[in-house]
Amino acid sequence: MNEVLAELSKVSVTLNARLIVDRVSLSIKRGDIITIIGPNGAGKTTLIKSILGIQKATSGSISLQPGLVIGYVPQTLNLETTLPLSVERFMALGGCDRKGCQKALARTGVAHLMTASVHHLSGGEKQRLLLARALARQPGLLVLDEPAQGVDINGQAALYDLVRQLRDELNCGVIMISHDLHLVMAATDKVICLNQHVCCSGFPEDISHDPAFIETFGTAVAESLAVYHHHHNHRHDLHGNVIGGGSAIDGTLSEGTLKKSTLDDAEAAPTCSGHHHD
Amino acid sequence: MIDGILDDFFWRALIGGLGVALVAGPLGCFVVWRRLAYFGDTLAHSALLGIALSFVIQVPINVGVIITCLGLALALVLFSRSKTLATDTLLGILAHSALAIGLVTLSFMPSVRMDLTGLLFGDLLAMSRSDLWWIYGGAATILCLLALLWRGLLMSTIHEELARVEGVPVERLRLALILMFAIVIAVAMKIVGVLLITALLIIPAATARRLARTPEQMVAMAMLFGFIAVTGGLALSWELDTPAGPSVVVTAFSCFLLISAVGGKQRA
Repeated sequence: MNEVLAELSKVSVTLNARLIVDRVSLSIKRGDIITIIGPNGAGKTTLIKSILGIQKATSGSISLQPGLVIGYVPQTLNLETTLPLSVERFMALGGCDRKGCQKALARTGVAHLMTASVHHLSGGEKQRLLLARALARQPGLLVLDEPAQGVDINGQAALYDLVRQLRDELNCGVIMISHDLHLVMAATDKVICLNQHVCCSGFPEDISHDPAFIETFGTAVAESLAVYHHHHNHRHDLHGNVIGGGSAIDGTLSEGTLKKSTLDDAEAAPTCSGHHHD
Repeated sequence: MIDGILDDFFWRALIGGLGVALVAGPLGCFVVWRRLAYFGDTLAHSALLGIALSFVIQVPINVGVIITCLGLALALVLFSRSKTLATDTLLGILAHSALAIGLVTLSFMPSVRMDLTGLLFGDLLAMSRSDLWWIYGGAATILCLLALLWRGLLMSTIHEELARVEGVPVERLRLALILMFAIVIAVAMKIVGVLLITALLIIPAATARRLARTPEQMVAMAMLFGFIAVTGGLALSWELDTPAGPSVVVTAFSCFLLISAVGGKQRA
């Protein structure tokens, strides 16, 4: 379980005479889910790219386990509209056979889109397609750059949940960047707060009390994280149908609460913690 | 029989034109997919400079053009690294400067009798047997390269970073693509002229986009529309004594308009 997949030692990256990543050391072990958080321009994507080998480190060393297969889920898939491409073909270009592609798409919940054009997918479907593509490579390390971008809030929770399940099934390591602090906390073993250098790192519940974290994100964020151990009592699948735990009636009720809290901003926080107590 | 056909300059032009359309199809698709229209234009404009160069260093014209195109592509890569100018500005500077330097250099060579209009807009009568060798040699090289590199080229067009992570040699493929552009410009110059080469690349590909559902279908259809443009254009040029290159482009454009009008909604 403690097998090290990737080891970064004092990695720095300088771009156009600007220090983007400053002496970052970290190790990713099999079974880990590590989430990198940090403000814009903190060097999160650059750090990820140096692990992927896309961005050369200016100094320091990155060593990957020999023969490690990396599955990469990029931020978005911005396909030129002039390039006709089906989901099936996009998967096949990754080198897996039809059966493997189908299995991976089914696992991420988009098997029904096999013959659809990539251009017609929604943001959430695209992210699931990219995840399926990474999955089909049977990766030892999964690298995700803001996987929930352009996905609605329920979809985000489902996506992070899926990432955690995939970690269990593939027994792989996961490193991801996320802005969705409150959602990601529940699905994460270790959080690294990056602001060029590693501000602080540790377990999600500890990190929100860390002075360095509070300094970077402000007290508001740190406090909201502390109260945010809130779980929805039901989930939606891709088509918007309610699945698993809780009845449809519960679903409508909680959506009613949600609507109310958005209407009345001042009451949003109490509503949230009230939810937490039940 | 074949010898007899090749004695006729119209047939030579047509056979040459079809050879050019064969490679303009797939490369045109890459121009459209990777947004290289202006880049292609810049390379094509430098062809005139290549012709002048080939007289100076005494090599065949096609070789001179290929060398110049590659040199210009290299210069572009170096200039764009400094990032002081936007890419389109840089391309604009290089495209027109290359064209102007080419024209000025050629004017210094009164001993070289060149039909400038033919170079700029294509010349039906200028197609020689050795040109045909160049065209089909170039076409064979390009088609072999494309077949070998197809998956990697397509993947790096779809998502460069994902391709890199999956082990696709993105940089080398970019160079291969530039080399193929240089070759196609060198051989297409005779048919459509340096000013209109990009049109022969883009218009058939854009026409094919409306009907295609896969990248390969788009390539095949772009070839087909290229054939139609070349055949129709040369026939027009033959019948009405219009300049060859513009006639080919007008035919391609007519196809584009027709397909846009009746083709309906883009399918995939």
